Amino acid sequence: MLNATYIALIPLLPLAGFLLLGLFGRKYFKNSSGIIATIILLVATVLAIYTAYTYFFEVGKVHGVYQKLIPLKYTWLEFSKGVSIDMGILLDPITCMMLVVITFVSLMVHIYSLAYMKGEERFATYYSFLGLFTFSMLALVISSNIFQIYIFWELVGVSSFLLIGFYYDKPSAVAACKKAFIVTRFADLGFLIGILMLSFYSGTLDFNTLIERLTSPGSTELSTALSSSFLGISALTWAMILVFIGAAGKSAMFPLQIWLPDAMEGPTPVSALIHAATMVVAGVFLVARLFPIFALSAPEALQLVAYVGAISAFLAAIIACTQTDIKRVLAFSTISQIGYMMFALGVSKYGGENGLGYTASMFHLFTHAMFKALLFLGAGSIIHFIHSNEMKDMGGLRKLLPITHITFLVACLAISGIPPFAGFFSKEEILLAAWQQNTIIYWIGLLTSGLTAFYMFRLYFGIFWSKAPSLSDSAHRKHHGEGGFAMMLPLVLLAIGAAAAGFIPFGNFVSSDGKVLESEFHLQLSIAPVTFGLIGIFIAMWLYKKQNDKPDKIAASINGLYKLAWNKFYFDELYIFLTKKIIFNLIAKPAAWFDKNVVDGLINATGNTTQFISKKIKGVQSGKVQQYAAYFLVAAIAIAVLFIYWWK
Amino acid sequence: MNEFVTLMKSELVITVIIFLLLFIKLGSGMKNGMLLLVIQNLLLLNLVIGFFFNAEGNLFDGMFHTTALIAFQKSILNLGVYLISLLFAGWYMKSEHLAEFFILLLSALLGLDLLISSGNFLIFFLSLELATIPLAAMANFDLEKKISSEAAMKMILSSAFSSGILLFGISLVYGATGTISFAALPVLLDGSPLQIMAFVFLITAFAFKLSIVPFHLWTADVYEGSPIATTSFLSVISKGAIAFVFVSVLYKAFQPMHEVWHNMVMMLSIITMIIGNLFALRQQNIKRFLAFSSIAQVGFILVGITGNSIDGISSVVYFILIYVFSNLAAFGVAAAISSQTGKEKIDDYKGLYKTNPWLSWVMALALFSLAGIPPTAGFFGKLFLLTAGAANDNYGFILIAALNLIVSLYYYLRVIRSIFMDKNEQPVEKINIHPSTKFALIICAAGIILVGLMSWIYDYIHTLG
Repeated sequence: MLNATYIALIPLLPLAGFLLLGLFGRKYFKNSSGIIATIILLVATVLAIYTAYTYFFEVGKVHGVYQKLIPLKYTWLEFSKGVSIDMGILLDPITCMMLVVITFVSLMVHIYSLAYMKGEERFATYYSFLGLFTFSMLALVISSNIFQIYIFWELVGVSSFLLIGFYYDKPSAVAACKKAFIVTRFADLGFLIGILMLSFYSGTLDFNTLIERLTSPGSTELSTALSSSFLGISALTWAMILVFIGAAGKSAMFPLQIWLPDAMEGPTPVSALIHAATMVVAGVFLVARLFPIFALSAPEALQLVAYVGAISAFLAAIIACTQTDIKRVLAFSTISQIGYMMFALGVSKYGGENGLGYTASMFHLFTHAMFKALLFLGAGSIIHFIHSNEMKDMGGLRKLLPITHITFLVACLAISGIPPFAGFFSKEEILLAAWQQNTIIYWIGLLTSGLTAFYMFRLYFGIFWSKAPSLSDSAHRKHHGEGGFAMMLPLVLLAIGAAAAGFIPFGNFVSSDGKVLESEFHLQLSIAPVTFGLIGIFIAMWLYKKQNDKPDKIAASINGLYKLAWNKFYFDELYIFLTKKIIFNLIAKPAAWFDKNVVDGLINATGNTTQFISKKIKGVQSGKVQQYAAYFLVAAIAIAVLFIYWWK
Repeated sequence: MNEFVTLMKSELVITVIIFLLLFIKLGSGMKNGMLLLVIQNLLLLNLVIGFFFNAEGNLFDGMFHTTALIAFQKSILNLGVYLISLLFAGWYMKSEHLAEFFILLLSALLGLDLLISSGNFLIFFLSLELATIPLAAMANFDLEKKISSEAAMKMILSSAFSSGILLFGISLVYGATGTISFAALPVLLDGSPLQIMAFVFLITAFAFKLSIVPFHLWTADVYEGSPIATTSFLSVISKGAIAFVFVSVLYKAFQPMHEVWHNMVMMLSIITMIIGNLFALRQQNIKRFLAFSSIAQVGFILVGITGNSIDGISSVVYFILIYVFSNLAAFGVAAAISSQTGKEKIDDYKGLYKTNPWLSWVMALALFSLAGIPPTAGFFGKLFLLTAGAANDNYGFILIAALNLIVSLYYYLRVIRSIFMDKNEQPVEKINIHPSTKFALIICAAGIILVGLMSWIYDYIHTLG
């Protein structure tokens, strides 16, 4: 049987690590902090795997359906009967999957950072921040209450802010962490309003009750939520759209994607953990958590999810083709892949065969965590070696970094959807789901998979082939090496995951309604994506395997389009125009004027009047007892008269 | 007999302590230091006993009654008295009549305990007098200071006047209904003009003790002139106890007239908050400042009382628990400074942070709590008071209360600004804090932080109510 203490320990252990290292790390554990944090996380990982194993194979299934278990629930703040903020644990298949993914990737990053961050002045601080993040993320996925998830949602945002701005003496890092925080915080406002609307209509904050009340046809809560409408759209759909805005902010979906590329200013292992494998998929997780409401009661909102996902996937893939900073390419590829997960959820229905998209989305989340973390850690090891993020400084590194080369290749093949690597299975399932439900999205997805293969192999050939390595690099190799065991072990482990994770029969474990979903394999449908992928790879090979001027020529021939993509479709400029020109001038300035003159004026007037009256009535306090008694008596009689004659 | 002992346990324990102190005073030449230690430990014992062997029931035909809530209220008072015995150690050590001071103080406490438990107007009046007369003597305890005698004089005269009106009110109640028992009263009330008049005269007694405007005029003079230990007893313990009784008299004995008293309390609350704030704004002396700010605080307690529900009772009890910690902490710091340097002006506090950072932080915490700034307990106390008051849909009234909160913020923060930001050529020198004072301040600070965060305390009070 599941022991709630063990499950609670999974997030609490990293929290303890955070407190220990945060408070005493710099003084007492300056060098050992990495080891301490890693050991703590190893324990948490073991507990997470144990929990997932027990859930999936022992206690989770009742009559062939995976249940939503609540092993622990503590009512923290009760507003009124039924509406309370709880601190609880909700176990269901996606929670268990997320627990394993987060602890495993986090453990990899902890190990990797032992070497990568070595010699860093604020080594202990770095590990304490990692602990804080891991705690918040784990607590987020086990939340049993929508407000609880919101609390940890914000904590995740804070730790992401701290880690992006870790190199706080670098102005670009400071700007990036501010940007990430403000953009996601802005989106979270939508989430909060969504939560308030949901709790208003359902009268609860508890996930299970909330979902039950808002999906069972005929319940009073559902009918009021559906019947009240604004602009022709029901209140429930509005609430779900607002929740999705929060999810889109965290998951860097169009048009809120602008913060993620800049977030690459943080240390590379952090990018692997937060901005590839875990935090950015929180949005997908949130949509999945509320999926029954989306699918059964607010299908219009789900449509929006699908189109936003598809547009993000496609636009980000195009932008990724033009970027030259390797981490930024990976960032856009992350946006693109999360777009996949989103539209897979968007095209899914609830239950049975039609729920394939849900399973596929979660499957892709799982495999993506493996290969994307691997790509980032590989990029980290390249950057560690070259000391630059720019592709032009790289080339011919396959001999100098053999392990990185092989693992990076595995990851590229996985993300491009080449069988038998993990990405093939999950992506194939997503496209199958899209094919069954929405052909437009299917074609966008298919095209994007070709683009994905192209830009990933552009990256691969640009880094590892292209020109011959410079002499100084070769000399560098002699005394520098590839980064040591601590950096290579995570790469190899993740590569095994990226290669083999596809063979997990995912439909057996995760499905929209908890029942087993038999995954079918359609050979004819998997031909197209693989072909598109291979075409992408070959074009990339033709253009980038040897150094030549073909890419520049092509870029020149489609100059306008190329520039547009290279500048990320001018989204940043658009936002700057919106905030600086429109919001600052038209809203902020009048508001500031109003605040300075009217609000402050009123306050000052109140203050002055108060002072004035205060001076005037000072005489009452004369110090003479007989006067006091007189006032006393007059007041008593006045009150008596007032209440007897006038105020009945 | 057994029932008598368990039900009147707290009164009996206090009586025993009073007699012990009398014997010690007469029979031994114990030095102040030792004596203070004995007193402190006896009061700690008293506090601890308060949590055990509690029973519910009536004695003497319902003249005396006790419940779990009443036992809890008495524990709050015991806690406050224990803290007072620790806080003003510096002043006690200099006092020549320490035992007498505590004998008087405990007599007043005995009166307050009986008052809370009183079940009819007779014992109510007697215990009120028992709680007042020793206080007048305590006000006079700075024997060499003229201002202290003046305070005692003013207090006893005003109290006598108030008692006269109260007695008149009680006799009118008896005349109009034929009973002086709280329990028998509700069925006999019909809201006739005579009853309203009797009720108004009763209310004035509460208003006088609670310093509700316009019956507050004695407060500032007495608070300023009395020794600070007396002032803090008056403004925290005495007010807390009277507020408890006020709530139970209004909610139980006068429940049928709730429409009348609701409006009356609301009106008094608005006047009290506004006038209390207006006066507090201008005060330069820290004791006078705390006196007027405590008048405004009572205005907020009245907001909770208008709720007329279990929320009303529990929010008042909860607020007073917090108020004990916050106000005593502020008084403790002020006393520590004035007993060593004689400085009592707010301007003297400028630059205090430079020389006494620890005291400054405690003072800041206490003032934040009094002002109701989260996450201190004071915030939650005010929040629950306003929530209880808002239950009757008097949003205009709650708005006035909220505006007054903002005004009060100004003067509390003014003190904090003086302490932390203003520059001063000659700040208060480094204060030597007596260990027991320091201990009490730590308890207060912990209370200010923890009582707000531990939600079960409020829930517990709520179940008692």
